[in-house]
Amino acid sequence: MSVSMAEEYVRPAVRRAGRLFRDPTTAAGVGILTIIVLVALLGPLLVKNDPFAANMAERLLPPGGKYPLGTDHLGRCLFSRLVTGARTTLGISALVIAIVMLIGTAVGLISGYLGGRVDTFLMRTVDGMSVLPDFLLVIAISGFLGHSLNNLILSLVLINWIGYARMVRGIVLSEREKEYVLAARVAGCGTWIVLRRHLLPQIISPVLVYATLDIGKTILVISSLSYLGLGTQPPSPEWGAMLNDGRAYFQTAPQLMLYPGLAIMLVVISFNLIGEGLRDLLDVRGR
Amino acid sequence: MLGIVRTRLLQLIVVLWVLSIVTFSLMKLAPGDPVLTLLRADEMSVTQADEAALREELGFNRPVHVQYLEWLGRVLRLDFGESLIKGKPVLSELLERLPATIELTLGGLAVMLIIAFPLGLLAARYPGRLPDHLGRMFALIGASVPVFWIGLLLIYAFAFKLQWFPTMGRGGLRELILPSVTLGSGLAAVHARLLRSGLLDSLSQEYIRAARARGLSEWRVFFRHALRAALIPALTMFGMTLGSLLAGSVVVETLFSWPGLGSMAVDAIFQRDYPLIQGYLLMTGAFVTAVNLAVDLAYGMLDPRIRLGKGGSG
Repeated sequence: MSVSMAEEYVRPAVRRAGRLFRDPTTAAGVGILTIIVLVALLGPLLVKNDPFAANMAERLLPPGGKYPLGTDHLGRCLFSRLVTGARTTLGISALVIAIVMLIGTAVGLISGYLGGRVDTFLMRTVDGMSVLPDFLLVIAISGFLGHSLNNLILSLVLINWIGYARMVRGIVLSEREKEYVLAARVAGCGTWIVLRRHLLPQIISPVLVYATLDIGKTILVISSLSYLGLGTQPPSPEWGAMLNDGRAYFQTAPQLMLYPGLAIMLVVISFNLIGEGLRDLLDVRGR
Repeated sequence: MLGIVRTRLLQLIVVLWVLSIVTFSLMKLAPGDPVLTLLRADEMSVTQADEAALREELGFNRPVHVQYLEWLGRVLRLDFGESLIKGKPVLSELLERLPATIELTLGGLAVMLIIAFPLGLLAARYPGRLPDHLGRMFALIGASVPVFWIGLLLIYAFAFKLQWFPTMGRGGLRELILPSVTLGSGLAAVHARLLRSGLLDSLSQEYIRAARARGLSEWRVFFRHALRAALIPALTMFGMTLGSLLAGSVVVETLFSWPGLGSMAVDAIFQRDYPLIQGYLLMTGAFVTAVNLAVDLAYGMLDPRIRLGKGGSG
């Protein structure tokens, strides 16, 4: 299975990935993201100061000297917290996207291919969930079940899987009537083989593009809710939460407001640039 | 047309029913015992008898579906109970906060239109040239910057440094400008792009070629023919925008200490004021769905294909 998977998906993908760099804006996105991911992975090796060590004698210092970007209201190194925060932000959003991609793709495949009652049931569920404005669900869950990171992830998963399920189902519906699927079934392929070998490859590109653009949005939502205090809880150095920590002090220490926001913007821009580049490259249009 | 009205009204009812189920079940799942919370709110010593009596009085001993139906009956009569913290009816608190949120939403909408309309028009009029590139850059940044950060930057520049506007609170026009710009500018980026693609789409139609062939000037073709067709889909986006505006208002109101529904909801979450959260959810949900319904119907009336019942059930 792993050998055939490599033949089918991985090699063409790598060949295509090379073409990503021909478009300068996409290449810029890949470049920025690579740096940020490296920073997130190597985090602890890059920072000299403990991101959690408070030192009230050195609070709200301007950039320079021992602290490259200055310190926050508790005297913690802003640079260390930014670097550590890359891990939090990327980690949470990657987790959310991985979960919703799995659930959404599975539901879409099953619903579209099997049709009938299963399809009706799954799609009614999707309709039922999508009629509520997204932010109301977040407020409902944080409001009644408590505001915590887990509940934030739960609400993001509940909201985001719907888009994937709808998109995948749409593709499957149009693909399953085509000759190659019929040929595969005539040749004796079971449901599982048809789904995995024949339909999944058609779905990977659009899902990938959708997920890349979705991850940017997810990062924005996480940081906004953390800013409100409904996401990651202190002392976790999430970028939105850092902006929340600093909001009372940014008149005197504008760096507390500037750098976490710039970090969020850079990450989201890079995902959006890559997403757009992928969309053009893989020729996925307005699904 | 009547058929569409009926279908949409039915959908509205289904949406509100789903919302009520979600709200009710989450309320039941909420940690903590509401009976004990209520008793302790009075700061009296709680006896077993008190507890049992209140439990009976509030109907918590009855089966869940009976509780749901009774709760639904109260909600339908707009009786959302009393706020646990403020000690006054939830409905009056909601109505007190509503005007501020409407004001901010309209302000955000105005800013959005002021930016998005010219930007979308110019980008579609000169595709691939400078206005289009600027529009694309603006859209990319607008889709990549957190709303609250725009607000923080605006406060820093225009309230702290230049002191043109106050940093927080509600009052006259001066107070309204910064929150509205914060709320509207991010959405403007998306809508400028949507208007552009709508316009380019209608510019590629046959009747545009016909208009050009008749010798109309390019601007005339643009405004009289292309824009009219592009505005109809743009209107549907309006319905969706309202959801985004209200979602954004939660953040923007908190940021500017704006006394509206959004900041109230955030406060209620921190204070675990369940009746208030419940009232907010039901009211906002009903409001958003009702506006979507209205937009749908307006869309149907503007588009002759739907109005005359030739375009399917849409």
